[in-house]
Amino acid sequence: MNAFIRALLPVIFAPGLALAGNGSDPWFRMDRLNTLIFLLVFAVMVLVYIRLAKMGRPLFLRKLAGLDAMDEAVGRATEMGKPVLFIPGIQEVSEIQTIAGLSILGKVAAFTAEYETPLLVTVQYPVVMAAAQEIVKDSYTNAGKKDLYSDSMVQYVAGSQFALAAAVNGIMTRIKPAANIFMGAFYAESLLLAETGNLTGAIQIAGTANPEQLPFFIAACDYTLMGEELYAASAYLSGEPKILGSLKGQDLMKIVITVLMIISIILLLTSWKGIFILKLLETA
Amino acid sequence: MSNFIRKQLPMLFAFFAGMVILVAFFSGKKIITDFRSDMQVWVSIIGGFTLLLGVASISSVNLQKVITRGKDWPYKLVLLVCLAVSGGFGIFQGTESGTVYDWLFQNMVTPMMSSMFAMLAFFIASAAYRAFRARTLEATILLIVAIIVMLGRIPLGQLLFSELPVITEWIMNYPNLAVQRGIIIGAALGAASMSIRIILGIERTYMGK
Repeated sequence: MNAFIRALLPVIFAPGLALAGNGSDPWFRMDRLNTLIFLLVFAVMVLVYIRLAKMGRPLFLRKLAGLDAMDEAVGRATEMGKPVLFIPGIQEVSEIQTIAGLSILGKVAAFTAEYETPLLVTVQYPVVMAAAQEIVKDSYTNAGKKDLYSDSMVQYVAGSQFALAAAVNGIMTRIKPAANIFMGAFYAESLLLAETGNLTGAIQIAGTANPEQLPFFIAACDYTLMGEELYAASAYLSGEPKILGSLKGQDLMKIVITVLMIISIILLLTSWKGIFILKLLETA
Repeated sequence: MSNFIRKQLPMLFAFFAGMVILVAFFSGKKIITDFRSDMQVWVSIIGGFTLLLGVASISSVNLQKVITRGKDWPYKLVLLVCLAVSGGFGIFQGTESGTVYDWLFQNMVTPMMSSMFAMLAFFIASAAYRAFRARTLEATILLIVAIIVMLGRIPLGQLLFSELPVITEWIMNYPNLAVQRGIIIGAALGAASMSIRIILGIERTYMGK
């Protein structure tokens, strides 16, 4: 065991030097080998579960109240004859949270198309606007309600954070949407938006992976999707087994990471040699 | 052809872009990392051009309301005038220091943004009042912990009980940080899982499918 650790130490503490030589222009960065291994293991887990789901293996997924309430929120808006307001965060379309938000928008648009409820989407970036317009249009077309769609359902309201907050707060107080849905990356404007929505009496569903903003959404919204729930939302709403399967793969990886963390804590408490696990988990 | 352009081509682009970023992360080869950087510059250039889309959208939606004297049309008119004035001066006179655009930005836009940010204090007060009502066990714990943390961060708290800042730091550094890291790990895995689904074309909900 000691010999193994001695052999491993140079690889752990200076993997670039030990395995990739001194070249400054390598095809593969050996100091990121651990990340690649974890990524491949993770990808295999996700793909295996997708395969199992496709083969018809039943998968248990815990209920996400926020997503189950989506239908209720649109239903309420329909009864009140008021629109549904959707904001897919305030980041560019290259941000993964924005993509998650846009995926959820597709499902919300399908609900509003089905119930023939007005939908208003406000965005901060023109590229997000173009993507959101396509998504909403497709949802209305798929629901056979293309005639109800118009480009003005998705509006670019401002190019900066607080200007967007001011514009959306104005829309909330003037139009008084029955349901406000915030899904994506939010920052300091999160509470400005959610609290105004709360004051107008709208049912509010929020979701973000920015942990600093979660307390604000929890305090001001009826339902909040936290962290990974935002990314799981599109899979959960789609109900497609192959997408749901990936969530199980994700859960398995969480178990692996948790086990590794527990082992490293025990090893660190008993011997300094346990530090090699922490080094293995480190990203260069 | 239409099916290829609407469905398969965007998927191919997503696969290609995702793989470039992934390969560049693991490779130190200059040609690959340079290509990744170039791609990120392309994104900025495309983003700049699409600003015209945004201006077209905001103008058409609001102009229509002004022409038809729709609800709240005076607000829309103010918006259009501001857009035309600041955009016009920015394009024809420039945005350097001393120009009208710069004056508008420094003396109108910046104070308005600061005001919006400052309003956050009042919003926090009203949200905190609602969140801290001790109606359940969880809300009561939240209330007690919040009081300790808030008192521990001000001189009065230290005056009342000298160990309060230490307790505050412990709450922030251990229970609070542990929960935050749990959320971050979960979110990171969720993002990675979603990225794999998108790159491999398994998830296409972002295309409205």
